[in-house]
Amino acid sequence: MLRILTLALAMALGTLPALAQTGPLRIEIDDGVIEPLPFAIPGFVAENAAATEYAQNIARVVAADLAGTGLFREIPAEAHIGQVTSFDSPVQYADWKAINAQALVTGAVSLDGNGRLNVKFRLFDVFSEAPLGDGLQFGGPAGSWRRVAHKVADQVYARITGEGGYFDSRVVYVAETGPKDARQKRLAIMDYDGANATYLTDASSIVLAPRFSPTGDRVLYTSYESGFPRIYLLDVATAGRRALDEQPGTMTFAPRFAPDGRQVVFSLSQGGNTDLFTLDLTTGRRTRLTSAPSIETAPSYSPDGRQIVFESDRSGTQQLYVMPATGGEAQRISFGQGRYGTPVWSPRGDMIAFTKQNQGRFHIGVMRTDGSEERLLTASFLDEGPTWAPNGRVVMFTRETAGAQGAPALYSVDITGRNLRRLPVQGAASDPAWSPLLP
Amino acid sequence: MTPISKTLLVVAALAVAGCSNPDRFGMGAGGAGGAGAYGALGAASDPTTVAYFNQTIGDRVLFAVDQSTLSDTARATLDGQARWLTDNPAYTAIVEGHADEQGTREYNLALGARRANAVQEYLVSRGVSPNRLRTVSYGKERPLEICSDEACYSKNRRAVTVVAAGAGA
Repeated sequence: MLRILTLALAMALGTLPALAQTGPLRIEIDDGVIEPLPFAIPGFVAENAAATEYAQNIARVVAADLAGTGLFREIPAEAHIGQVTSFDSPVQYADWKAINAQALVTGAVSLDGNGRLNVKFRLFDVFSEAPLGDGLQFGGPAGSWRRVAHKVADQVYARITGEGGYFDSRVVYVAETGPKDARQKRLAIMDYDGANATYLTDASSIVLAPRFSPTGDRVLYTSYESGFPRIYLLDVATAGRRALDEQPGTMTFAPRFAPDGRQVVFSLSQGGNTDLFTLDLTTGRRTRLTSAPSIETAPSYSPDGRQIVFESDRSGTQQLYVMPATGGEAQRISFGQGRYGTPVWSPRGDMIAFTKQNQGRFHIGVMRTDGSEERLLTASFLDEGPTWAPNGRVVMFTRETAGAQGAPALYSVDITGRNLRRLPVQGAASDPAWSPLLP
Repeated sequence: MTPISKTLLVVAALAVAGCSNPDRFGMGAGGAGGAGAYGALGAASDPTTVAYFNQTIGDRVLFAVDQSTLSDTARATLDGQARWLTDNPAYTAIVEGHADEQGTREYNLALGARRANAVQEYLVSRGVSPNRLRTVSYGKERPLEICSDEACYSKNRRAVTVVAAGAGA
């Protein structure tokens, strides 16, 4: 059973105001970081014997989160001169300066008799010889230790970059097995870093393109369970599901939530023609948004819920368009060479990520919402289907290799085009969708 | 809908290799190449058999890149399919539309729907009752050939008419 955890962000330990710091310990993500910021994170202090393993592991996950962004570089423990044996002893800044650690993260972990973890941490700007923000502590069941670590890392990331973090988040995706002409697909969910993967459906039907609700507790997807592609709604905690729009003679796919979590926009094919519709999950009322002989699909709402970006071949090839969320006149926003599809509005509202096909290659790219400042982030035989990190700074996508043995895998890349990484997922995987930050 | 317990999921994960394809309408016929999906297809020389439909007439037509228009060759095949369906009224058909892998997933679903519909409309224009035909799109999910060259792509851009004995849709 999947557990939804609630972590209490408990009391502040320190007294310094979090926003007062304007020292040198700062990363401006927009600049495109070339030299990652060096940091040290000694093993967290175990405040009782039962916490020893957690103390080590939590520090490792925090370090992996930070280093994985490409914005930070960990100074390994072998290089450390100083040691942190007590959470409350004064920091020996000279020891950390000597190894050129600009940031220092210290922490302490205790485990109580009820199996509850308590994790405290502090962040220090070594060269300013000052804490960066207040100390914080998080509590949660021991089984949630990775989430606690991600929350610590999100705090560190946010304090140094001034932007929201994205580590305490999950990814729903399609796990694939079998040969290319008989692929079996099932929905799966994992932490953003590939840990804690669990299946949500069995392999009895083709499933495609899951999408999270704005609160991350529900997933929309397409399944061939009925023999025809249809959109389904699945509850993450129970894996219970229901078909949403069952009209004989139609196919439905490409569902996505509106920011209100109540409206769903999707494609419906009837008589060979594909248009966009919305469905109100509360009333079951279906509304047509487009009415054209062309293909209209892959819709995505703006974060304010007022507009929808989608793809259409009404001009003769796949291109991107923006229209009011209630339908109406659409403006084309893609004008470069090639074909554009799978547009996704950034959670910050400022950009649209897309798939581009040009001269036999596939790219993941981003552009402003008016189509300006197009930037291609990747190139390969087949890249497709970007999804945004909760902070709008990273996109994840599917990369499929060519040939009879070709298989898909999940990758992420910064919107600067840096830090391309393959996610450590067991087996083939496609169609990732990134959750919002967990509560 | 039944909630799936974690235990069940783990068991299912280990049993993947043993699962057979469950798609109701036989990814079956189209995905695996037609013959073989049915226990008794009959002889390809006997015009009343499914084997005759699949092999002698041809159960599939091919399309150009990103197109859903029917070629002369395709029309000739579909003329044969329409005659067979007229002569064998106990059968209904599902027309599966497919795309090659050079395209995004959603677009290919919509393109497959166009291809399946083009075939359905043509069969209806040749006298087959629309009540006996349904369409489904598999997009790029069920390629027949698995290389990443035009030699394979040209065979994957297809619409397959899967006939089965049964009542109208």
